[in-house]
Amino acid sequence: MFAFIMRRLGTLFVILFGSSFILYNLTAISGDPTEQYKFATDTRAKQELAALIKQLDLNTPPPLRYFKWLKGILKGFTGHIDFGMTRTNEFVSTRLASAIPTTLRLVLTATIIAIILGIMLGITTALRQYSRFDYVVTFFSFLMFSLPIFWVAVLLKQFLAIKFNDFLANGHIPIGWALVLSIATGFFWAGIVGSKRKTFYRVLGIAFAANFALLEFFSITKWFATPKLGPIVVFIFALAIAYGVTAISVGLEDKKSLRATQTMAVVTLVMYYPVNYLFKHYSSFWLLVGLFAATLGTAWISGTFWAKIDRRPVIRTAMISGGLMGVIVIIDRLMQTWTPYLQMDGVNGRPIPTVGQNDPLLSNPDFWTNFLDRAVHLFLPTIALTLISFAGYIRYSRGTLLEVLNQDYIRTARAKGLSERTVIMRHAFRNTMIPLTTIIVVDLAGIIGGAIITERVFGWSGMGTLFNNAIQGLDLNLLMGVFFCTASLSVLANLVADLLYSALDPRIRVGSK
Amino acid sequence: MAFGRKKNTAEISQTDGGENAIANKEVEGLSQRQIVLRRFVRHRAAMISLFVLISVIVFVFTASEFHIGPIGWNGWWHYTTTDTPNLINCKNGAVGCPTLTITPGKGFGFGAHPFGQDDIGHDYFALVMRGAQRSLLVTFIIGIVAGTLGTVVGALAGFYRGTVDNVLMRFVDFLITIPSIIIGSVIGYHFGNLGATFLALYLGLFTWTGLSRLVRGEFLTLRERDFVDAARVAGASNRRIIFKHILPNAVGVIIVSVTLLMSAAILLETALSYLGFGVVEPDVSLGLLISKYQDSFTTRPWLFWYPGLFIITIALTINFIGDGLRDAFDPRQRRRITKKDRERATAIKKERKSL
Repeated sequence: MFAFIMRRLGTLFVILFGSSFILYNLTAISGDPTEQYKFATDTRAKQELAALIKQLDLNTPPPLRYFKWLKGILKGFTGHIDFGMTRTNEFVSTRLASAIPTTLRLVLTATIIAIILGIMLGITTALRQYSRFDYVVTFFSFLMFSLPIFWVAVLLKQFLAIKFNDFLANGHIPIGWALVLSIATGFFWAGIVGSKRKTFYRVLGIAFAANFALLEFFSITKWFATPKLGPIVVFIFALAIAYGVTAISVGLEDKKSLRATQTMAVVTLVMYYPVNYLFKHYSSFWLLVGLFAATLGTAWISGTFWAKIDRRPVIRTAMISGGLMGVIVIIDRLMQTWTPYLQMDGVNGRPIPTVGQNDPLLSNPDFWTNFLDRAVHLFLPTIALTLISFAGYIRYSRGTLLEVLNQDYIRTARAKGLSERTVIMRHAFRNTMIPLTTIIVVDLAGIIGGAIITERVFGWSGMGTLFNNAIQGLDLNLLMGVFFCTASLSVLANLVADLLYSALDPRIRVGSK
Repeated sequence: MAFGRKKNTAEISQTDGGENAIANKEVEGLSQRQIVLRRFVRHRAAMISLFVLISVIVFVFTASEFHIGPIGWNGWWHYTTTDTPNLINCKNGAVGCPTLTITPGKGFGFGAHPFGQDDIGHDYFALVMRGAQRSLLVTFIIGIVAGTLGTVVGALAGFYRGTVDNVLMRFVDFLITIPSIIIGSVIGYHFGNLGATFLALYLGLFTWTGLSRLVRGEFLTLRERDFVDAARVAGASNRRIIFKHILPNAVGVIIVSVTLLMSAAILLETALSYLGFGVVEPDVSLGLLISKYQDSFTTRPWLFWYPGLFIITIALTINFIGDGLRDAFDPRQRRRITKKDRERATAIKKERKSL
């Protein structure tokens, strides 16, 4: 194992060396930074030219200059990595340090949502193979594969930002829209749930009626302008989570798990006011982390209290539902910030922005306003990125699950009388996740450099913008800095993916060759 | 079955004998090529897509002038990309709106400017046709160049293994660490002004890596198969084994991944042109059109809709064709068993019993 990792790390360095060498020289020979001085005759231009040549070290041929750059990188082993200076005389490392968090914020949320939603949809379509639901989802995933993101972005800006902001001004949902939305929702749920024609129509009717009633309620009370949940609705959501998570994770017949998750729901209700007090007076990032840890701790206690034997699944279920309930409480807190946020100077009743990372006009916002501000700025880019990337996860998880369901051990599991839920969740889903994990790891590494176009469209300044500037300004050090981050992450991720694969699947041994 | 989940296993196993009968009946006396073709023709989405794609190609390439070297023609459309006819006012006060009419009653009509005009009067239909030509050209050139390179490199590495494999695959590793959009931007920024064809050629030189890995894997398994040993014992040369014995068996993987590569290529080209690193003015490309007119979405939405529509149509149809091909080439993919099939299966069973 150790020898394997060492050998792989060795190859990794060779690969990084090779590809950076190729890219450096490719870029260096393909553009000439002195081009604008080519026909200059006056002395001042000549001085500038000389200064530029000195600054960029143009008298050294590119292959040699590459090794000068590499020397700076290799200093990383002594703790002082040196990416060199940009053409505007800034440290490349400073620029990178400010760009990386922005990019992470932009892409991480979208990738996580895409992974979760994509896998969920992929599994449902696999279980409903060749149904109309399957065909519709397949069609949409191909459509999303084929969408250029810059095109989607313009549509989103128009319809989800500008039109939505207009809509917020009066908060009235037109009846036609309510009907269309409700019918779509009805078909969605009916497609997932309905197995027989009768069930299909029943679910369709119920989902349609419920959704329509909800939208009308929102429309009449102008809920979108003043959204709120309150302790009672939070408790109802918490109970729904308790039942839902238990049903999916261990099955409702497992009374211990049900008790544990119900306890978590009651704890959510009891702690609603105290937590909101904390939010009001001591809000900070670390408070959230602390509360999250406390939630998990409570879930653990609740799990161990209700289950005397075979505790692990019970505790796990309680922890998952506890985490989700925490998210509901945070959403509730953000909703309380919504109305004051709408009335702020920089917002003026138009909360969904089309560009930017945050609102510069907010005058010293508190923690929650800041949180909400960043969240609404993430809204459009996240939707765009999710739409583009989750089609892949749908297709991949569907294909893998179908392949797994054909295996003999699934037949064995069914034959020995396990419930369908156990067969799917315990035997099939876990094995589906093995190849998916490796893809997820590589994708997560790719997001550092991934969102070049999204950043441009939505006016964010992260790694993509750096890269753009580097190419257009022929800024070799900056370009190589960006490349170094993305490439080393991607090769590292491949190594991690291989190791994970062998850890998850005992049939694969990495050490032996 | 209409909205239903998969029939449970018990029910299927009842008809199992019949099912095999269908499978056998289906392939009786047919060559591999005929089986694949038959499966592909039966894939409805893929056939529709193939028809749409071919129509789009014919339409786009005949509409506007097209020249490669000495061969070429002037299109049947009477405006070129540089003409600036007078702006036409339309009913609701807008200027230069599209005149395309597709109404059930009145039928189909182009009008003076089917896709409208831009702010200085350029005929947008001519621009979109030209852009779609460019995008299609880039897509196919990338498909051909990357397909050939990937197949050759993958085949050599997989067949000869050892040193050849090591050298080629390490080279692939180098290239694969550089994301295609970065490579594309670097190349496009400096070579984009040479025109779409050159851009496509250069892009093709860097996008074959994924394909070569797949082909290598396929060759590695195929060369261990008995029929290859048999051919070798019979005295076939390496060249003959590669071309006559292994390649025909790997062609499914190659064709499928080339189609997927092409649908990725059209998005890559439009994205690069959008960023300004791809096709540059005065040439036209769909990505360039969207990038140029995106701010006029509220005043002249048609400038935005039509290029997007063409990108999506081309990419979507290529994706569906790829899906159909994958289903056709993959023997594990069984067709959905319909009621009609089950009836046929019982009929075949009865027939056999009576014999």
